[in-house]
Amino acid sequence: MDSHTVAAQTAETAHAEHEHPAFLRHHFESVEQQRESATFGMWLFLLTEIMFFGGLFCAYLIFRNWYYPAFVAGSHSLHLWAGTLNTTLLIISSFTMAMAVHASETRVRKALIGWMIATIILGSGFLCVKAYEWHDEWVEHHVPGLNFSPQGFLHGTKDYPDDKLSLDMAEKTQVYFSLYFAMTGMHALHMIIGVSLLTILLIQAWGGKYVEGHVAPIENFGLYWHFVDIVWIFLFPLLYLIRRHQ
Amino acid sequence: MPGPSEPTHHEEHIVSPKLYLVIGATLLIFTGITVGASLIDLPGDLNAVVALAIACIKMTLVVLFFMHVKYSSQLTKLTVAAGFFTFIVLITMTMTDYISRAWGRW
Repeated sequence: MDSHTVAAQTAETAHAEHEHPAFLRHHFESVEQQRESATFGMWLFLLTEIMFFGGLFCAYLIFRNWYYPAFVAGSHSLHLWAGTLNTTLLIISSFTMAMAVHASETRVRKALIGWMIATIILGSGFLCVKAYEWHDEWVEHHVPGLNFSPQGFLHGTKDYPDDKLSLDMAEKTQVYFSLYFAMTGMHALHMIIGVSLLTILLIQAWGGKYVEGHVAPIENFGLYWHFVDIVWIFLFPLLYLIRRHQ
Repeated sequence: MPGPSEPTHHEEHIVSPKLYLVIGATLLIFTGITVGASLIDLPGDLNAVVALAIACIKMTLVVLFFMHVKYSSQLTKLTVAAGFFTFIVLITMTMTDYISRAWGRW
């Protein structure tokens, strides 16, 4: 074919030479290879995310070793019920997301849409609880750099009378709260991005996509979602469960 | 055998919803155990060790089953393993510095 013949082709005539689903891009040999490549790429991205959060976890480890009493007192000021509820919501959302991938694989449109909506609701619920918790820390003057006051840590609390700290150790609770806001903030940002992306995918699924063999976007978004869940699975015990026995 | 111009063949394995349900329930049970264990006074640093050990088990279940790594190609498995290895290097090499000269600094 010369360039004029090529240019004159329409989508239908061009593909008469090689039938393939519309979602298979031309630089891949098969749907399977395309799917595998996309998954590989998503995992590489997740590896960078592991290193990103890893740095924060490393800082946490060092400062917890240095200022342990401050970390204990800081941890006790968080609501255990909120952390446990959030962990539960995220685990269930990982289940619903896995079911959404299954619906895409088995090509059931209604199920795909239903499970995606469930995941969005659970993720949003998590963010609501988080917003309540952050507001609570603000009210209690636990926000470093904004309204922090060590006063609350100079005397013990009703549940934890031993949480009485000296003034300089009480000031160190700012390190704990800085890490708390940085780590849960980063995590919440990932949740917000996740819920937003999932909403876009939902709208596309509503229009008929992802139930005709094109599973990769749903599957790879699922990888992202599960990763964010795993980050929280570690954040929860490290932030909420320091020396919780009374 | 796949040659340079043939894509590797990887069977598409669809995990059953029943297995997802079992894994999900197991994760929730482990969450309960984590909270319960945290309320018990264990000797030394055991509370932290138990909490992190359970978190590692939960992570393994999510990675293998929810993220399909158990049923994935060698390439994917290698990539995940490489990620963990690099993360371990990040933590241990940083910590060796602090442990060797600034442990319990306060």
